[in-house]
Amino acid sequence: MSFGLRRDAFGRLVFVDADGSEREGVVPVRAFALSAPERGIALVSAEGRELAWIERLADLPEEMRTPIVEELARREFMPIIRRIVSVGSYATPSVWQVDTDRGGAELILKSEDDIRRLHGSLHPNGLLIADSNGIHFLIPDRGALDPPSQKILKRFL
Amino acid sequence: MATLEIDLDDRLDFRTGRIVLTGDRISAGDRSWLLSADLRLHHHDQAGVGALDLSNGRELLARWRYSMGRNAAALRFEREFNRLRESLASGRPAPPAVAGACPICQAPLAPDDEDCANCARELHTPPSTWVLLRLWRFARPYKGMLLAGFLLTLAATAATLVPPYLTMPLMDDVLIPFQGGQPLDQEKVLWLLGGLLGAALFAWALGWARTYILALVSERIGADLRTTTYEHLLKLSLEYFGGKRTGDLMARIGSETDRLNVFLSLHLLDFATDVLMIAMTAAILFTIDPWLALVTLAPLPVIVWLIHIVRDKLRTGFEQIDRVWAEVTSVLADTIPGVRVVKAFAQETREAQRFREANRHNLQVNDRLNRIWSLFAPTVGLLTEIGVLVVWAFGIWLITRDQITVGVLTAFLAYISRFYTRLDSMSRIVSHTQKAAAGAKRIFDILDHVSSVPDPVNPRPLPPLSGAIRIANAHFRYGNRPILKGVDLDIRPGEMIGLVGHSGSGKSTLVNLICRFYDVSEGSIRVDGIDLRSVAVADWRKHIGLVLQEPFLFFGTIAENIAYGRPAATQEEIVAAARAAHAHEFILRQPFGYDSIVGERGQSLSGGERQRISIARALLIDPKILILDEATSAVDTETELEIQQALNNLIRGRTTIAIAHRLSTLRRADRLIVMDRGRIVEIGKHDDLMAREGHYWRLYMAQSKQLDEPPPLGVEGAPT
Repeated sequence: MSFGLRRDAFGRLVFVDADGSEREGVVPVRAFALSAPERGIALVSAEGRELAWIERLADLPEEMRTPIVEELARREFMPIIRRIVSVGSYATPSVWQVDTDRGGAELILKSEDDIRRLHGSLHPNGLLIADSNGIHFLIPDRGALDPPSQKILKRFL
Repeated sequence: MATLEIDLDDRLDFRTGRIVLTGDRISAGDRSWLLSADLRLHHHDQAGVGALDLSNGRELLARWRYSMGRNAAALRFEREFNRLRESLASGRPAPPAVAGACPICQAPLAPDDEDCANCARELHTPPSTWVLLRLWRFARPYKGMLLAGFLLTLAATAATLVPPYLTMPLMDDVLIPFQGGQPLDQEKVLWLLGGLLGAALFAWALGWARTYILALVSERIGADLRTTTYEHLLKLSLEYFGGKRTGDLMARIGSETDRLNVFLSLHLLDFATDVLMIAMTAAILFTIDPWLALVTLAPLPVIVWLIHIVRDKLRTGFEQIDRVWAEVTSVLADTIPGVRVVKAFAQETREAQRFREANRHNLQVNDRLNRIWSLFAPTVGLLTEIGVLVVWAFGIWLITRDQITVGVLTAFLAYISRFYTRLDSMSRIVSHTQKAAAGAKRIFDILDHVSSVPDPVNPRPLPPLSGAIRIANAHFRYGNRPILKGVDLDIRPGEMIGLVGHSGSGKSTLVNLICRFYDVSEGSIRVDGIDLRSVAVADWRKHIGLVLQEPFLFFGTIAENIAYGRPAATQEEIVAAARAAHAHEFILRQPFGYDSIVGERGQSLSGGERQRISIARALLIDPKILILDEATSAVDTETELEIQQALNNLIRGRTTIAIAHRLSTLRRADRLIVMDRGRIVEIGKHDDLMAREGHYWRLYMAQSKQLDEPPPLGVEGAPT
């Protein structure tokens, strides 16, 4: 690797170029956030320029991977729905009570169009539900939900 | 040697005439000219009227006119004339017409083929009225199931006819003897009631099986019809889409196929059942008592006659409703995509009015139809009542004369009530059939349309191409408007050509011809010496990368949109193409990177971003020939710079044909082709053309003048 990474005192990610020049506020971005999150990660400067391209996260040395993974974890907020507790109505907009991996939550589904079916090998049977506030809730495999949740879900698909 | 039938005279009245070319003379009517070296025959046309001018270099000798249907023949005549004249001038015998090529369009012909498929396809045949029978083509794969359905229908109908028959012994052998004082034969009663129940259960089970099987079949037929129509539609040339309204086509494939489906699974099935029922009932009635049967069936011809009269009136009406309905959807399909324009010009009320108008038209047509229709059903009802009355009267009279028993009359009445209710529903088949036939006709209109860029019967395999394009004497006519009038152009492999000219000068048409969105009306386009018409359209298009002014993004992820031309591309290839197209960084800014969804028109992206995605799309298929149709004209100058860089990556090593209004964007072109009114008027590099002070110079000066002068206040930017 011809570059380095460190964290500064403010907790920001600092990119160290091959010639030693530094850039603060670097952001890791997944190019294929849904279909291949572990491959193709770009380090992007605060101005939106791509500084480095990481083909595979696993190829990076430990000391560089950790800050990237941390930063990604801090920036990515995509609760995974474990169970649909109840829905306000079967007509949209509809308020859903859901259990997620980050705890119980309420989401407002504006229209059925906000439910996106995922393809590809990672989540062949997955759904991505966009809340009216722009939060995306992931259902990795709708077949793996419990039957009552699936029954509710079916009314919206 | 050759004759030409013309159909117009000097005053453009329809009158037939004839021009004859003999060994050394050309003659028409009573006039005749000797073929000489200075004699010229020249054809031109305007607004659907063609003309052949005969002149001798000093004056016009004669002018013959014809309607455009004879244009091909006229061109052939002109060619024949020139061939003879040249042979006279040179003293050598005339060379034979080029073998193996269509005399009209110069397309290569199969050796044993006399008629050119390109030229013969213009025949129009009216669609047949028996159009519903053509659905058989889609029903054939389900023959077995259809037969099973038919047998079940037969059995089910027969089962429903048992109960009325059983009322006869119930009356005559049980009830009437009981009223006459005899004891009730309980065993017989149980048998008969059991028979009634059994028949009902049997009919229920058979009816269920029949409906299920036939619904299954019709659903499949409908689906096949829909997909076949859509597949066929996609293969049609752009010419077809240009002449049709989106809403109309959508209605045909969507709702019309569904209507046919309902017709097959519901109405046709009911009708078949009804016909069977009537035939069987009639047979049973005649075996019981021929006279009473005759009276019972007497109103039948009246009803058939009534149906026949109404049918004609309804048919036109339903076709009209279909058209009006297409009009309603067309208004929607027009307005919703163009809603920004509607709002910008504050024309909401006008559009609403237009929709209201279409709906009002719809109402009117429906009202007119319903007037006939509403009269129809009650009339059938009235006839039913009268029919029952007649049976009562005649039956009572027969009973008084001891010719039939009460049981027979009851059975007849039980039959006739079923019989006439079926007649009522049967009469409805008329309207359903008409609707379905109208729908089928509109679907077969699509299916019957032969693509105007047909695939050759035996397409030549396309070898790896170098990308040399030779356009020879290309003519193109849109309707009766000539767009290209003899374009000759040689493009070397890897060369970049800039097409320049006013709008309407034929630049885009030329590019469309190279893409084979249309076929040349005359002349040929060859790539590496192979005529485009002799290879499969899809094979050829694989070699073309197209970047349009309005990049179209499909609903899907950015990655899917980039990989549109090569769905199997790996993620690495997609990223590489996006990088080369300068799209990588803005894609990374999207919420899910390459997995972000872009809408039908890619609303979430700017024009420049969409354009770069479409450049990446073209890069990914690595085409030999690249066509840029105003690729940078929809974006601002700064974005243009970035797109230009992306394009430079794209152009490298490829034969490129670029159209641009902004002449400055064509600086990299090896040659500039200046077009004017369907012809090439200048070819050369920028500097040469400027020095020549011709068409290009004028275009360039006009543009730079526009750019120099500040735009008038209140006007947003100068048009570029």
